[in-house]
Amino acid sequence: MPDLSAKIREVVQKMLREQEVELVIGFEQGSMPLHSTPCFIRNEEDAQRLVWNSFCDNNLAKYLVKRPEKVAIVAKGCDTRAIVELIKEKQVPRDQVVIIGIPCQGMVDRRRIEAELELNEILEYEEQDNKLTLKGDGFTKTVNRDEYLYPCCQACPHKNPTTYDILIGDMVAEQAPDQYPDIAEFEAKPPEERWQYISGEVNKCIRCYACRNACPLCYCKECFVDKTHPQWIGKTTDTNDTFIFHLMRAFHLAGRCVECGACERACPMEVDIRKLNRKLAADVKELFGYEAGTSLDQIAPLATFRPDDPEEFMLGV
Amino acid sequence: MKTEVSGWEPKIVAFLCNWCSYAGADLAGVSRFQYPANVRVIRVPCSGRINPFFILACLQHGADGVLVSGCHPGDCHYLSGNYSARRKFALLKRLLEYAGLEKGRVEFSWVSASEGGRFAEVIAKVTEMVKALGPARKLVKK
Repeated sequence: MPDLSAKIREVVQKMLREQEVELVIGFEQGSMPLHSTPCFIRNEEDAQRLVWNSFCDNNLAKYLVKRPEKVAIVAKGCDTRAIVELIKEKQVPRDQVVIIGIPCQGMVDRRRIEAELELNEILEYEEQDNKLTLKGDGFTKTVNRDEYLYPCCQACPHKNPTTYDILIGDMVAEQAPDQYPDIAEFEAKPPEERWQYISGEVNKCIRCYACRNACPLCYCKECFVDKTHPQWIGKTTDTNDTFIFHLMRAFHLAGRCVECGACERACPMEVDIRKLNRKLAADVKELFGYEAGTSLDQIAPLATFRPDDPEEFMLGV
Repeated sequence: MKTEVSGWEPKIVAFLCNWCSYAGADLAGVSRFQYPANVRVIRVPCSGRINPFFILACLQHGADGVLVSGCHPGDCHYLSGNYSARRKFALLKRLLEYAGLEKGRVEFSWVSASEGGRFAEVIAKVTEMVKALGPARKLVKK
């Protein structure tokens, strides 16, 4: 992956110098190797902190909602998709945000690197093209970064920004549209097996709501899980409560989920959250021909209708 | 377990829209059409009023089946309530079945104010499906 850090700093410095924006949201090196962390830059000198590497996995669109000032944001493909949805849902005024679009080559899953390579603590790393060199006490190992991408990045059909004001880096080749093979495969299993699998997954859930908090499209003032009047779902971690929580969390994102994988990365229990989200994304695409975050003009699927929408699911008597 | 009780009868919650399906149910009654007494009717202003939570809450708190019925497309009292609802229902039904909920637990239909006979048929069919499935086990609050 080309190192675009210098280019990003240059653009950001110019923007802040000319007072085009008050705030820039980007990534800086985290306190540990293989971690980049969101940062908020307000003056020219601090722009030196900005980086771009294989670990810029957060969806920064999360930080755009309810900003009083004009903001520039460093955004990869999925970030721009989330920004598009937020603009359409009138959470972010288009003229209050400058999108610094960056074509993305997928982000690297550090949990997998740590788990699969069984290395001791990684103390340093270097990145060159698609090679990652990991260094620690008494070892140096080089791996191909493309083999350790997040699951959502592997199938991602929108690596390039879908909308941007400034583009940094060269556009990358897009993969073929996602056909959701994993969803079709899961759907082919008997219902009882599907029920058991999802029950097992949601059983791990400790209801910490990290998935909700990380999701760029979850911005409700009062979330349904916090509501007590009426209280739609119990607060327990019993399977029926967590099951309904996950069903409804996914349903609230129907036609809005940009598949950035922020929910799964945030989950401390490694629940297979995208199993439900991707089903809805596949259905929305099939039934209503809509893919979240790809166009500023297309109306959100659940905010509109066609008289001839499919209704073969209705009870015929 | 409820299954061990002989002569088990399902409890089915039917959300009927005020303008069509509820009037259809009324007509079924006035016309003396027979239909199974397993449904508990809840009148809502429009099928577009149905929040998926209504359906899940029913299943969680003791319903064996849920039916949502509204005006036929084009007949909505609020012009487009049922069109918006139809998109929601399509996704919800697929999602529930994908997650492993039995087909037939949650059903949607259109019944107009003049279709008393059809209302009786819909209820008979839903009751028959839910009876075949047995008592609700999934999503039920213990």
